[in-house]
Parts: sequence; structure tokens; C-alpha cells
Amino acid sequence: MRIIVLVKQVPETGAVKMDEETGTMVRAGVEAIVNPLDLYAVEAALALKETQGAEVTAVSMGPPAAAKALREVIAMGVDAGVLVSDSAFAGSDTWATGYTLAAAVRRLKGADLILCGERATDGDTGQVGPQTASFLDLPVATYVSSIDAVTTGHIRVSRLVEEGYEGLDISLPALITVVKEVAEPRLPTLGGKKRARNADIPVWTADDLDVDPGRIGLDGSPTRVVKIFRPQVARKAEMIRAEDESEAAAAAGRVVEFMTDRGLL
Amino acid sequence: MSAEAAGIWILAESSSSALTRVSFELLTRGVELAAKRSAQLTALVIGHDLDKAGLNRLTACGADRVIAVEAPALEHFLVEPYAAVMLKMIEKHRPEVIIAGATSLGRTLMPYVAAKADAGLTADCTILDIDRDTGNLLQTRPAIGGNILATIKTPRHRPQMATVRPHSAPPAEPREGRTGEIIRISPPDELLSSRMRRTGFKREESDHPLQDAETVVVVGRGIGRKENIPVAAELADALGAALGATRDVVDRGWLSYPHQVGLSGKTITPKLYIGLGVSGSIQHLAGMQTSQNIIAVNIDPDAQIFRVADAAIVGDLFDVVPALLARARAMGVADG
Ligand SMILES: Cc1cc2nc3c(=O)[nH]c(=O)nc-3n(C[C@H](O)[C@H](O)[C@H](O)COP(=O)(O)OP(=O)(O)OC[C@H]3O[C@@H](n4cnc5c(N)ncnc54)[C@H](O)[C@@H]3O)c2cc1C
Ligand SMILES: Nc1ncnc2c1ncn2[C@@H]1O[C@H](COP(=O)(O)O)[C@@H](O)[C@H]1O
Repeated sequence: MRIIVLVKQVPETGAVKMDEETGTMVRAGVEAIVNPLDLYAVEAALALKETQGAEVTAVSMGPPAAAKALREVIAMGVDAGVLVSDSAFAGSDTWATGYTLAAAVRRLKGADLILCGERATDGDTGQVGPQTASFLDLPVATYVSSIDAVTTGHIRVSRLVEEGYEGLDISLPALITVVKEVAEPRLPTLGGKKRARNADIPVWTADDLDVDPGRIGLDGSPTRVVKIFRPQVARKAEMIRAEDESEAAAAAGRVVEFMTDRGLL
Repeated sequence: MSAEAAGIWILAESSSSALTRVSFELLTRGVELAAKRSAQLTALVIGHDLDKAGLNRLTACGADRVIAVEAPALEHFLVEPYAAVMLKMIEKHRPEVIIAGATSLGRTLMPYVAAKADAGLTADCTILDIDRDTGNLLQTRPAIGGNILATIKTPRHRPQMATVRPHSAPPAEPREGRTGEIIRISPPDELLSSRMRRTGFKREESDHPLQDAETVVVVGRGIGRKENIPVAAELADALGAALGATRDVVDRGWLSYPHQVGLSGKTITPKLYIGLGVSGSIQHLAGMQTSQNIIAVNIDPDAQIFRVADAAIVGDLFDVVPALLARARAMGVADG
């Protein structure tokens, strides 16, 4: 089968420190990494490659530096990478991103299965997967926690929803977004790293894709960020010491009072 | 095209034909927006055999009109027929605004529909406002793990779509004697085809699904070992709270993945979060920082979690939790 994984390069939030004065992130020197939640999608694809036999292509849209993210997943075992990159794509919201990624998938002549992460840790919307599916007119299952069976033309998955797990049988081609539970990402191998270094990663610009110039990038994006600000009510914790049993009892009293005051009990 | 779009819509959700809580939270938002814009408020419900009392409750709680689209094929959420129905309704009625819950349903259906409807969509809003004159929806959402807020507008496209975090508004209450129009529709078969079929459902053992819970007790690695989980579970039970966990706890197999709160787990916005032996890593904070009240128990006075807490208890959770239980029970504010 043919599988496409959509991976995004994001700033490494784990390494980011908060500036306590301003309450903002210190981004200086922050490394760019593969969206950690996309690694689960990559792993799910590689597991299918092992059990079913599959050709796995990773697609990323981003600045030229995002080629590094593609090399990282090639080092894990992905067969090929394509970078979708053009200044005309800059400022894309999720609608324009989904639109553009769908065009890239079409140029790859589609796939039996497209895999996405649950959401990207920077934009944090989880919208791009379902939107890409919609532009390609494919069925989509989100929050997939396990791939239970693959038969000719069908896939069976479990999906994590509020009250439990839902089982779905989906006819292929389809797009799924996965949660962490789906697989434990493997580490890159030495051979993989070597392959990744030598891999030829084509860069597709707007001219290479069948896209309407009015629907890409900032201009093609329906939404606009108009303001960024800090939450007004910075929390100020009341410190309650409970370093021995009697203090613990007093602290418990204070906590119950706190909960009562705020109508939490 | 945008000139003629009118009306505020909410997407009510049903589960086994009963409407869920988030539907009424959305009404609270919808009532405010509709009043500001002097517009009609419509609740769209998609499902099967919807309970009449529930639909009446939507009007009693503020909907001027309820459109209930019902068919056996719509009993459970499947993205294609649900999207086809919604797109049909959008085409027919041309609402100016559609809001839905940021639930597993809303977060799937809304982007699928927005793509096809050429509509802007903002995920996970916590604040919504509307410009009286232009009808532009001001959608504010947390970004970068809740450390900043961003306000987003969709100036040229209609409808304007947004998903709203559960628990970010109180549910609307019914008003005596308030009624509205209820329209029940059976959609034509051509809208109901699906390339996806539901094969079953496995309910999680927990009585208190994490994302719906008003109170959540989260267990961190400070709990020490699996055998100690009941210490936290007892507190959760007594408070009628759901039990959550950090990734370290889940990775060690002390609690299962559906309990995980944070970047690679669930985002929760309960009224009250109680963290026990949770350090407050940035990845964990990303999933709980917007809780309305945060209480944390940690032995380390410098624990990160205290920076977002309202009440910071510096102490051993094995002293504090039993004391808390004893106190709450003595005051008759906890079960057991
Ligand atoms: C890509 C990525 C995604 C991640 N996603 C998530 C996620 O979704 N959710 C998540 O939670 N983490 C996530 N993490 C992991 C995260 O970085 C932290 O490792 C994790 O949150 C720490 O869990 P903890 O607070 O339970 O453990 P620790 O950091 O080990 O903290 C334990 C705390 O318990 C305190 N303690 C110890 N004993 C006691 C006692 N007796 N009484 C009171 N306090 C005590 C200690 O002082 C300490 O502060 C992610 C990491 C990465 C890299
Ligand atoms: N620029 C991008 N390039 C490739 N894949 C992306 C991009 N943006 C988002 N995705 C995919 O869509 C998922 C959800 O992203 P988001 O909607 O931004 O939270 C990610 O986990 C990726 O799988």
C-alpha cells in the first residue's frame, strides 16, 4: 500500500523557558523539531510498512529549513520526503494549509492512507488533518488510538472519544489522525541516518502544485490574527505550608475553606 | 456573499439521543452573541430519535429556533453524513456564525465542513465577542500552551466558525415559559452515505469522563508507585471528581492513557484541578493551565506547578490528602 504522512516542523517547546517578568516564552536559541505528536503517525506508518508492506512518503509544508524534519523521519525508516515550500505559502492558516497539502497529495497521485498527528504543538488546532481530508474528499477518523486490521480496501481502527473507544471500519483511501496511544516511536538507526543525509528531497513551490493563487498563504487564509496579549489575571498562589501532620491538618482546613469560598464543593 | 449571511447558530450535541452539557454552554455564548447582533439564535442538532424534552429545553434556554435533523444513519457521529447535512443547512440558511464544542465531534466535523464551506475556523476559543455593526466574530483562544491569548477574526468569509472549549462558559438555564420554533427534518438519502461504519463502542470504566468533569484530581509521579493510586482515587471519589494523570504516571503503567492530561494527552478545563505530586512541566501545563481553579500539593516549594496555582500546598501528599479527606468529610462536604 501507499502511505503519506504529513509532518510539521515546530519549535521545541520543551526547551522553552518562560520569562517570569513578562510571562512570555523565551524563544531565542530554540531548536526546531518534528512535531512530537507527528512521530506517532510516522511510527504507525512504519509499523504498517512492516506488517503489510508499504511505501511511506512524508510531506511537510514549511520554510526551507523544514527539510531537516523530513530527514529526521527518513532516518526512522520513511522512504521519501517532499518539502512544500514557497514564500507564497507564508502566513497560511489551517484552511490554506489543508488546501495546499491536499494539492501536494494530489501531485503524489494520492495514497491508500494518509496519516497526521493529532495536532501541532505550535498552532495547536488539530484542524489541518480533517481539512486536508475534506479538500481531498476522503473520509477521516480523528484521535485514532489503534489500527486494528487492514484488509483489501478497508482499515479498522479504534478512536478515543470522551466516553471510551469507538470502533470504525473505513474504506480506503482515507485520512486518519492518531493519538500517542497508537504506537511508541522508534529511534533513528545508523543506516537510516546515512540514508537521510543522502536523500534527495524535492521542493515543490506554488508553481508545481495545482493551486489557485488566491487561496494560498496569508491572502488565501480566511482567518486573521488581530491581537496577541497576555492573560490578565496572572494567578497568585496562596502558599500553604504543610510540612508535618499538624500543619497538614491546618492546611487541609484552609483548602476546604478555599474551595467553599469559591463554590467548588 | 457575506452581506446576506445572518443568524447565530450553535451545534448542539447528543449522546444516546440526550443533549450533552456542552450544548447548553454553547447556548450561553449564543444568547450573548445574538443579543449583541440583534440576530436570531438557532440550535442545530443532528442525531436520531431525539428526545422531545431535550429539544424543548434548547428553546427554554435561549434558542429561538431548533433545527433537528434526524435519521437512523445519524444515530452516531460519522463525519461524512454529518458534514453533508450541515453543509446543506448552511447553504439553505446562510448563518453568519456557527459555534460548536471543542469535543471529539466538534473538532472533527467543524474543520471538515469549514474546508468545503470556504469558511474560516478557529479552534478551542475561550472568549467570543461580536462586532455589533460588521458582525465580525472576535475569537480569542489560548496559544503556546496557554501562555498568551490570540484574538482572531474572519473578516471576509461567512459563516464564521469556531469551536469552544468545554467548561469555558456556564450552561444556560431554562427560563419559565420561554419557547421557540422546533423544526424536525428527515434528510434525503443522498446526504446519508458514508464510507465509514461504526463497528462498536467500548466504554471506559471511569464514571467521570475527564473532559466533562467539573473537578479533576491529577496524579503525578510523586504518588510513588502504582499501589498508592487508591490514595488519590479515594479523594477523587469523595469529591465526585475524575482522575487524571501526568505522562510519567501513564508511561509507568500506573494509570491508562485516557487519563493523561497535557500536550500528548487531553486538554481539560475543569472548575477545579487538584494536582498531587505533579511537577508542572510545560507539556503538562499545556493541558490544564486554563482550569478555573488550581490547587497543587507538592513537597518541593519551587515546583513549577505552583506558578499557575491558586492554592499551593507545600507538603507530602501522603499527609495532606488524608487530612483533606478527613476535614472535608467532617464538614459533610465530601462523600464517604
Ligand atoms: C513531546 C512531549 C510530550 C509530553 N506530553 C506530556 C503530557 O501530555 N502530559 C504530561 O503530564 N507530561 C507530558 N510530557 C512529560 C513532561 O515533560 C514531564 O516529564 C511530566 O509531566 C512530569 O510528570 P510528573 O509531574 O508526574 O513527574 P515529575 O516531574 O517527576 O514530578 C513529580 C513531582 O512530585 C513531587 N513529589 C514527590 N514526592 C511527593 C510527595 N510525597 N508529596 C508531594 N509531592 C511529591 C516532586 O517534588 C515533583 O515535583 C511530555 C514530554 C514531551 C517531551
Ligand atoms: N505545515 C504542515 N506540513 C505538514 N503537515 C502539517 C502541517 N501543518 C499541520 N500538519 C499536519 O496536521 C496535523 C495537525 O496540525 P494542526 O492543525 O496545525 O494542529 C499535524 O500533526 C500534521 O500531521
